[in-house]
Amino acid sequence: MTDAAEAGTAVRPGDRVTDAAGADAAGAEPAILTRGLTKRFGRSTVVNGVDLTVPRGSVFGFLGPNGSGKTTTIRMLLGLAGATAGDIRVLGHEMPARAATVLPGVGALIEGPGFYPYLSGAANLRRLDAADGFAPHATRAARVDRALERVGLGHAAGKKMRAYSLGMKQRLGIANALLAPRELIVLDEPTNGLDPQGTREVRSLIRSLASEGTTVFVSSHLLSEIEQMCDHVAVMRAGRLVAQGSLDELRSAGQARVRLEVVTADAAAAEAVLARLTAGAPRIESVPGIESAPGSTGGEWMLGAALPDGLPPETIVSELVAAGVRVRGFAVERASLEELFVELTGEGFDVVQ
Amino acid sequence: MSSESTGAVPTASPVPAESSRSAANPATASALDARRPRRAIGLGFFLSELAALFRRKRTWAMLAALAAVPILIAVAIRVTDGGDGRGPAFLDRITQNGLFVAMTALVVAIPLFLPLTVGVVAGDSIAGEANAGTLRYLLVSPVGRIRLLVVKFAAAAVFCLAATVTVSLAGILIGVALFPVGPVTLLSGDQVSVGESLLRSLLIAAYVTVGLLGLSAIGLFISTLTDAPVGAMAATVVISIVAQVLGQLSQTEWLHPWLFSYHWLDFADLLRQPVDWSSFGSNALLQLAYVAVFGALAYGRFTTKDVLS
Repeated sequence: MTDAAEAGTAVRPGDRVTDAAGADAAGAEPAILTRGLTKRFGRSTVVNGVDLTVPRGSVFGFLGPNGSGKTTTIRMLLGLAGATAGDIRVLGHEMPARAATVLPGVGALIEGPGFYPYLSGAANLRRLDAADGFAPHATRAARVDRALERVGLGHAAGKKMRAYSLGMKQRLGIANALLAPRELIVLDEPTNGLDPQGTREVRSLIRSLASEGTTVFVSSHLLSEIEQMCDHVAVMRAGRLVAQGSLDELRSAGQARVRLEVVTADAAAAEAVLARLTAGAPRIESVPGIESAPGSTGGEWMLGAALPDGLPPETIVSELVAAGVRVRGFAVERASLEELFVELTGEGFDVVQ
Repeated sequence: MSSESTGAVPTASPVPAESSRSAANPATASALDARRPRRAIGLGFFLSELAALFRRKRTWAMLAALAAVPILIAVAIRVTDGGDGRGPAFLDRITQNGLFVAMTALVVAIPLFLPLTVGVVAGDSIAGEANAGTLRYLLVSPVGRIRLLVVKFAAAAVFCLAATVTVSLAGILIGVALFPVGPVTLLSGDQVSVGESLLRSLLIAAYVTVGLLGLSAIGLFISTLTDAPVGAMAATVVISIVAQVLGQLSQTEWLHPWLFSYHWLDFADLLRQPVDWSSFGSNALLQLAYVAVFGALAYGRFTTKDVLS
């Protein structure tokens, strides 16, 4: 498996993109800033040197496959877990040292909702609000009602939690994040368990929060979701941050990468030519679906490689022909955002469009 | 879906609806959104904790089981007409005075039933929240970890009181119902009125409650060690049994005064005239030491714990 980060990805954690995005917010300190954030459990490093910069007022997508360290990072941001190394600043204060200053301004949904099954939805929210030492008692009932209305659970406020569907629990979890005015809302996989209609509602809720100036930090393993909601994005892979920046920057970074594909029966000869011209090992796949041309021996192969800067594609075709490669197909294409993310996060990444 | 792909550009419907609502009533909205400048001490959260505890069916089932202890004793004695005088302390006095049912029931419940229910509540305190997935939300709310520990311990203490009062009250009621009631002869030979003896029953309930505080602190500490509430409950109950077994062995006599169960059954001193407070005092001191030690351990463990549940 080729390591995408080493294969020449344009945007990397260390790139200026990160800081440019942070400085956009009129000099204000970023909503979230981590430097060298690392978490080890025994010998395994779950989060490894993450430098995250979440600009104020952004809808920030935190993308990565399951098990890439997203939730652990979020737990460290919120002071639930201690970092092995590195610094965290949330809303301009150090975490977890200033948790009592920071957390009242932060609403969160972490790794699914957690509620008492024997209490009603409204009673659950009242309890969590009572736990918040900074939330005034006098306005509790009104704020709980408002949060429930906002996620469309007004009718189910008095129902016991155990009668709630998965989607309703998820909404209640989001309502909990909205109990008080927040500067930052952290939503870990907010559309899990929601039907398409619910997903759409969460999306518009996030937009309406963003339009009020709240910074929203959304984690997901679905690119399509992040692409539809977010203006900034960071990509995690196996505990490392492999890309970060505004969605447009990442998109153009993807577009700048040009790939070429050759379809041929002479895989070995074509591989040698491509390796020489592109200075890298081409990716080879057999193409079972395509019928062999008359007279050909064996199957067909598709070879993929990155097009080096300044090399005209036609040069490659003529070199291939000169080397006796029977070229049956040749294509030059720009990588889509999806392809970029697949390369960044490796194989097995769950990309659903 | 293509209309959804515009990223940060808000779609038409939800946003204006929201902003018009808050614009229509800006005074209410800002009043709602005012925050306390300083963190509340936690009285409101303590009440909410009690509400959550006493809204659980499990809590009421345990209290009902405890209430069944004096009822079973009283009914058994009534049916068999006293028996041959063997059995727990005060048993032989019940037929003469129904007020002794409560004390007999406490003597029966102290070794196993009371520690069992206290172990369930204390062992569940943190581990149960972790298991339900609510611990992370409490901490992020932010509840403050020390505040959470204090409130959990206070709620467990309230349960101890509720449990012993339940046994006493059920004992008094069933005693009044099934046996004659009159002035009580104390261990010192003096007689006290029915009202005074009820007061003494309350005093005994308080004594037993204080005696259970050390076990509650142990349960709270164990509860911070695990995300499995059943394990924490079982471990707490086992510890209470081990302490009592050690208290029975003559080989471990040097250890006896240090066991949290050492004074559990010593409430007889409260049945003298005048009341001998020495065992109440040494019981309270011992329990206080256990609360201090295991409270500190729970603090040390919980304030540095990674909450990954």
